[in-house]
This record gives sequence, structure tokens and C-alpha cells, in this order.
Amino acid sequence: MRPFAYATPPDAREAVLAVAERPDASFLAGGTNIVDHLRLGVATPGLLVDVTALTSAEIEDLPDGGLRIGAAVRNSDLAADHRVRARYPVLAQALPSGASGQLRNMATTGGNPLQRTRCVYFQDVTTPCNKREPGSGCAAIGGATRNHAILGASEHCIATHPSDMAVALAALDAQVQVLGPDGDRTIPFTDLHTLPGSTPEHDTVLGHGDLITAIDVPALPLATRSRYRKVRDRASYAFALVSVAACLDVADGEVHDVRIALGGVAHKPWRAHRAEEALRGAPATDESYRAAAEAALTDALPQEGFDGGNAFKIPLLTGTLVSTLRELAGEETRT
Amino acid sequence: METELTLQVDGATHRLRVDTRTSLLDALRQRLGATSPKKGCDHGQCGACTVLVGGRRILACLALAVAHDGAEVTTAAGLAPGPDEDHPVHRAFVDHDAFQCGYCTPGQVCSAVGVLDELERGWPSAVTADVAGGPDLADAGAVDREIAERMSGNLCRCGAYKGIRAAVAEVVGVAEGARR
Ligand SMILES: Cc1cc2nc3c(=O)[nH]c(=O)nc-3n(C[C@H](O)[C@H](O)[C@H](O)COP(=O)(O)OP(=O)(O)OC[C@H]3O[C@@H](n4cnc5c(N)ncnc54)[C@H](O)[C@@H]3O)c2cc1C
Ligand code: SF4
Ligand code: FES
Ligand code: FES
Repeated sequence: MRPFAYATPPDAREAVLAVAERPDASFLAGGTNIVDHLRLGVATPGLLVDVTALTSAEIEDLPDGGLRIGAAVRNSDLAADHRVRARYPVLAQALPSGASGQLRNMATTGGNPLQRTRCVYFQDVTTPCNKREPGSGCAAIGGATRNHAILGASEHCIATHPSDMAVALAALDAQVQVLGPDGDRTIPFTDLHTLPGSTPEHDTVLGHGDLITAIDVPALPLATRSRYRKVRDRASYAFALVSVAACLDVADGEVHDVRIALGGVAHKPWRAHRAEEALRGAPATDESYRAAAEAALTDALPQEGFDGGNAFKIPLLTGTLVSTLRELAGEETRT
Repeated sequence: METELTLQVDGATHRLRVDTRTSLLDALRQRLGATSPKKGCDHGQCGACTVLVGGRRILACLALAVAHDGAEVTTAAGLAPGPDEDHPVHRAFVDHDAFQCGYCTPGQVCSAVGVLDELERGWPSAVTADVAGGPDLADAGAVDREIAERMSGNLCRCGAYKGIRAAVAEVVGVAEGARR
């Protein structure tokens, strides 16, 4: 492991400047991703700036009825918060479906969406990978693609984003509060992550030195009927093959409003706008849900691979979306 | 690069110099002789290195020692209330044959102590039917599912899971009974 200096500047502003002025500096939060990458040789920073004590560890009420989640709030504390559990069940379910109890006590609100792909070739420094080493090629294409993307991939990278929390935040219209070298700004969560295109080395629109200080979740009454469903190779402690975050408001047998985001399918948490449009005003039936899944997957391009590829994700995701919406609609009629 | 820090481990305070690259796990095992936390994978994938920091379970292999200056660490060996006494979780593991080789056991024990606290606080898990309400500790089937889910970050290569589930269930039951 490359030697590195460790710093705890007095405040967030100083932390941003410390990272901005050194191209080889990185922020450190819970460490559950970056420390692994130090050990694997995937990350080789010369300076780690610890921000766990410099950003808020509080969850505050916003005037509109939403919540501001400080970047240092641990994933376990966020999942346990009574306001989150009552107002945003989809988020309270997504968080504990990820990682393990020990990891969630470490992982933070700022670090979780910025965790890097679990593509095995990205994590193996002996294989070519455009994300790790731009221009070196992509070992995943034609390799083992079971965990890779079916939407929005490019000829340079077919990786998926691994976070569960991020899928829920994409469905909830969250906003990211960022402090950068030039000041503050707010980024819609759905614009935070990028598609790989020809620059897969970037996962997000954040620049070097940009610090996430908080994530805001706006008031969203339909989110009280929401759900996160994750499908994986074992029942627990595994990343998603596919996942669905959905909020559904049904009135008189018709879909009044809906939010859907998909995980495990793309380089970013995939907000399924086309599926939402297909559903608004449609009867709350399996046929509508299936049509919505079809709309979401119109541009899906499965990958071949020596492990059988990932075409299975299309029927798997369709089934998962249909059953999630059916369950949510069922909750509605019971109340 | 070297740095100096203080760690409180199982009640004793230590001042030590470490390389910034040193994990909390290596600081405990190799510098302080606290060898009950084990190194299984060193990548956050097995739970053998689980310890309690400030009473919460974490993975010592993905924690940098330098980022834990001043931390209060409890290992499985430090859980016992006195020199010749067992912690109730230790006792339950012995009574239920919850191990074979024992390599994963200190991590399992620390994790179980964390699980008891998290259940006590009503934290939901991925199998909690009612996230807003919290886990249903009155239903034995639900408790077993909660334990399996919450302990899933601790792998056991010997496959002692049956005994581990039973041991944790017993302590959950006792804690639950004591609360009523
Ligand atoms: C075995 C294992 C299984 C896992 N399973 C799952 C799973 O099923 N689902 C899931 O979603 N996750 C899973 N995870 C991943 C885990 O959730 C992430 O590693 C964690 O959320 C990252 O948060 P952190 O605070 O530890 O980030 P760190 O590792 O500290 O940082 C991650 C990245 O974010 C940057 N960063 C951190 N904070 C900020 C900030 N405030 N502003 C700007 N940049 C910042 C760092 O520089 C670094 O590049 C798993 C991890 C492991 C090891
Ligand atoms: S899919 Fe992306 S992350 Fe994986 S090897 Fe190819 S370029 Fe690297
Ligand atoms: S050694 Fe820490 S999780 Fe395996
Ligand atoms: S008892 Fe041997 S690994 Fe668990």
C-alpha cells in the first residue's frame, strides 16, 4: 500500500481546500470502500482527509416537511430514524438491505452514494479496466457479465452502481448539498451519477475537492406507500442483481402518481421516467405494471459473457417491478 | 508515515505509534496483543474481525487505526464482567455448541452483542415486516429470521450456524423476558 498522510482539518471548508490543492488527495468517511481499495491497490492517495467529524451527523427537519441528512450520518442510524421509517419506508428498507450490520455502523450518507462499482475487474489491478486506468480497455466486455449493466452502458464500460440507498434516493427526488472549492451548490440526486460514455473514470459530476455535506429528501406524501425490493444470489449480505424502489399512489383503481428507480441495471441508480409516464392515469393492474416495465426496458441491451451473460436481468427486473407495484397497490386498497 | 494515538482496549488505555496504513485490526492484534478479533478476509467480507467501538459493532479490518484515536474498543475477550466470569453471550455459545474450530467465534460473539442492542433499540432490519413499528420480538419465527438476517455479516466456515442462531435466540429471549 502506498504511504499516505492523514489529516483532520478544523472544518469542512479547510477539508475541501486541502483536497482541492492536492491531485492525489481523497476524502475518508466510514472507510468501508476506500480502505478496501487502498489494500487492493485500486486507490493510491498520498493524503486522506477525514471528514467524519467535519460534516453533520444529524438528521434535521426541513420547513417543507422533508429531511436534511448530514453527510456523516451512519447508514444504520439513518435506517433507524423514526421519521425516515414513517415518511420514506423505501429508504428505511433499502439501507438495511445493503452490506451488514457492522458495515452499516461505519458507512456514511456521503460515502454510500460515492462507493465505486463492484465490477470484479475494476477491483483486480492485474486486468484492464477503463474506469481504473483510462484507455487500458474493459475486461468485463465478453468476460463475466452477470453483474453488469443492461441500460446506458458504453463500449468503454458496462459497470453497475452498487448502492441500494442510492436507488431509494433517486426515487425520492433527493437533492445533494455540495461544498466545493468555489462555494456551495445543490445537485438533484438523479444528476449526481453519470453514464460511462467515453469517460468511465468518472462516476459522478463532482469535481476534485467537492464535498457532499448533506442529502435532502423533500416532502413526498406518496412515499409513505413505498417499498424497496432487492434480488440477489443469496438472501443477505450480497449486492443486488436487480432492485426496485417504488412509491405508488392509487386512487379509485387508477395510478394517481408513482416514482420508480431501478438498481443493478446501470452505471447509475436508474430513475425509470418512462415507466412512471406509462403508469400515470393507467388502471392499477398487472397489465399496466408489465407495460411500465417494458417501457423502462425499451432500450435494454443485455451483455453476452462466458458466465452466460446478463439477459436474465430483463425478465427478473420485469417480475420484480410488477410484484412490487402489485404489493403497493394491495396495501392501498386495504386501508 | 507514523502517527501517535490512544486506544482504550477492554478497559486498558494504550498510547502507541503506528503507520497511517495500519488497520485497527492490525493495531489490536500485532501491537497490543489483543488477538481475539481475527483476520479472515481483510476486505470486510467475513466478520471475523468484528469488535465493538463505543458499544457498536464494526469491522476492525476496514477501520484505519489513525481514524480511531481515543476510541473505546471492546473485543470478545473483554466482554466478560470479571476474570472468572462469562458474558451471557459467551455462555450461550458454549451451551449451544455454537462453534467448531472457533476462528469466527469472537467476531460472532461481538456481533451478537451488537444485535442484542440493536433489537433493544427497535432498529428495523431487511426482514422486518413493519419498518415503522420495528422487529416483532413476541413471535419466535420472526425472531429467528431477524437473527439470521442480522448475523449474516459473520460467516462461519465450519457451518455452526444452527448453534449460533440458537445461542443468540436464547440471549434475545432472556433479554426480552427481563424487560417484561
Ligand atoms: C462486504 C461488503 C458488502 C457490501 N454490500 C453492500 C450492499 O449490499 N449494498 C450497498 O449499497 N453497499 C454495500 N457495501 C458498500 C458500503 O455500503 C459502502 O462501502 C459504504 O456505504 C461507503 O461509505 P463510507 O462512508 O464507508 O465511504 P468511504 O469508503 O469512506 O468513501 C467512499 C468514497 O466516497 C468518498 N467520500 C466519502 N465521503 C464523502 C463526502 N462527504 N463527500 C465527497 N466524497 C466523499 C471517498 O473519498 C471515497 O472515494 C458493501 C461493502 C462491503 C465491504
Ligand atoms: S465494466 Fe467498467 S469497471 Fe468493469 S472492467 Fe470494464 S471499464 Fe472497468
Ligand atoms: S477480516 Fe474483517 S471482515 Fe473479514
Ligand atoms: S467455528 Fe469454525 S469458522 Fe465458525
